Amino acid sequence: MVEHRPLGSIVSHLVLIAGVAIVALPLYVGFVASTLSFDQVTAVPMQMTPGTHLLENYEAVLLHGSTAGSKAPVGRMMWNSLVMALAIAIGKIAISMLSAFAIVYFRFPLRRTFFWMIFVTLMLPVEVRILPTYQVVAELGMVDTYAGLTLPLIASATATFLFRQFFLTVPEELAEAARIDGAGPMRFFVDILLPLSRTSIAALFVIMFIYGWNQYLWPLLVTTREDMYTVVIGIKRMVAGGDTLIEWQYVMATAMLALLPPAVVVLVMQRWFVKGLVDTEK
Amino acid sequence: MEKRVVFKSPWLPYALVAPQLVITLVFFFWPASQALYWSLLIQDAFAARTQFVWFDNFRDLFNDPRYLASFQITAVFSILVTVIGLSVALLLAVFADRVVRGARVYKTLLIWPYAVAAAVAAVLWVFLLNPTLGVITHLLRALGYDWNYLLNARQALILIVIAAVWKQISYNFLFFLAGLQSVPKSLIEAAAIDGAGPARRFWTIVFPMLSPTTFFLLVVNIVYAFFDTFAIVDAATGGGPVQATAILVFKVYQDGVQALDLGGSAAQSVVLMAIVIGLTVVQFRFVERKVQY
Repeated sequence: MVEHRPLGSIVSHLVLIAGVAIVALPLYVGFVASTLSFDQVTAVPMQMTPGTHLLENYEAVLLHGSTAGSKAPVGRMMWNSLVMALAIAIGKIAISMLSAFAIVYFRFPLRRTFFWMIFVTLMLPVEVRILPTYQVVAELGMVDTYAGLTLPLIASATATFLFRQFFLTVPEELAEAARIDGAGPMRFFVDILLPLSRTSIAALFVIMFIYGWNQYLWPLLVTTREDMYTVVIGIKRMVAGGDTLIEWQYVMATAMLALLPPAVVVLVMQRWFVKGLVDTEK
Repeated sequence: MEKRVVFKSPWLPYALVAPQLVITLVFFFWPASQALYWSLLIQDAFAARTQFVWFDNFRDLFNDPRYLASFQITAVFSILVTVIGLSVALLLAVFADRVVRGARVYKTLLIWPYAVAAAVAAVLWVFLLNPTLGVITHLLRALGYDWNYLLNARQALILIVIAAVWKQISYNFLFFLAGLQSVPKSLIEAAAIDGAGPARRFWTIVFPMLSPTTFFLLVVNIVYAFFDTFAIVDAATGGGPVQATAILVFKVYQDGVQALDLGGSAAQSVVLMAIVIGLTVVQFRFVERKVQY
């Protein structure tokens, strides 16, 4: 700040505290609800301090699910979400590093064509081509499988572009030196390019993990069996049903469990997260 | 920009692009071409008979008052989400940029909603605004305001706007903060020496310098409101009451998956594809030119 204005500084803090409080309100109320009994949660007005049923509620949803609506245990759903998030994050990074390496470090017929074919995928989110994609997955017999859950979401150009941009900034001398020393392309890729890309990989991993964990429409369509539900779908299935039957204490416990892993990833890997956001959108 | 030193191999580059290419062909080009083809067909629910009808599906679509209503809802929804989301985020970013102490803490406390799934965000807000037990509903009732988004179309729209804005604030905040921090301090100091107060400095120097960021966020937020909010609508209102919150992406799903009108749904997909491609082109053209004073 240029000049010293104590009043301005106080106003700044007040605005920011108000912002933080509004942003945190749903989380706090959700957390409180997840620690109450059914009678407490349905009382109007609901109490605003945590109750004593925390362990009980979380144990119930993790092992048994809710008793109304979906009865699948949330523990299993968390596992499905984890598999999906990891497969999407690692899958995207792997295939796009390889294709970016080919496009930057080789000259071959159809190189431009391939580049444009990948580029076009940037334009169409899954939401837009959802039904035909489902049809394709169904024809391949991949409904209710991890492959069907993850493969269609791995096809995207963002990561390829990011690695292409990054590889283009790697000094030419490195590849030259590697060639003079007799190292083949794969040796160069593993020993030099891969270690240099560590930061980019970490940044992308954070973004893609969150993207995968939070998927909604695709798992909604492609999973029909309860043991293949992801946790985000599980919440929706719990809320579907009559208003009075919803066991909000279980729904909120599941919501807390569903937002915990991606939130921890964002907070722990904050530096890479910010870098990832900036890199993937420009 | 091209590399001078390149490796040579007759087969390796093809093997390296193969995984991405195969996935792109199978899960992208195949379905996208299917959508284009379907949009020109009429098909009954069991795919027993299909008839090629050229552009009839599109004609029907633009003559369907419900589709036009959905367009209007989507427009209102995305304008609200974009304008409110950007204004609140800019306000917070400006103040976060001003504070000397605790800036990092505020940043940390403001970015976590990005990690929350859209459907989870919707369920959290549905709980706060639930017509019978919502905490905020209770407050509104105490103030004499009747809130029931299950019956009131306007309130249903407000609910999904709140959930959508809440989820997107972190993203906008981070980009605005980065934009603010890259404004040269010397310019601000020069203006301060010339006697311009904080408000004047903001509107005449900082805000114009932020225009590339603002424009970029504008496009990103419109795309977000159009396409990434399906989960919010589905989990919060299910398009109701009486289609009052059925935005375009939701309608593609509703008509295709629930009503099994494949031709109509595919035609809607094609319209949406045209919109995304249009937005992407706009984004690339303007980002290239750098909107700035």
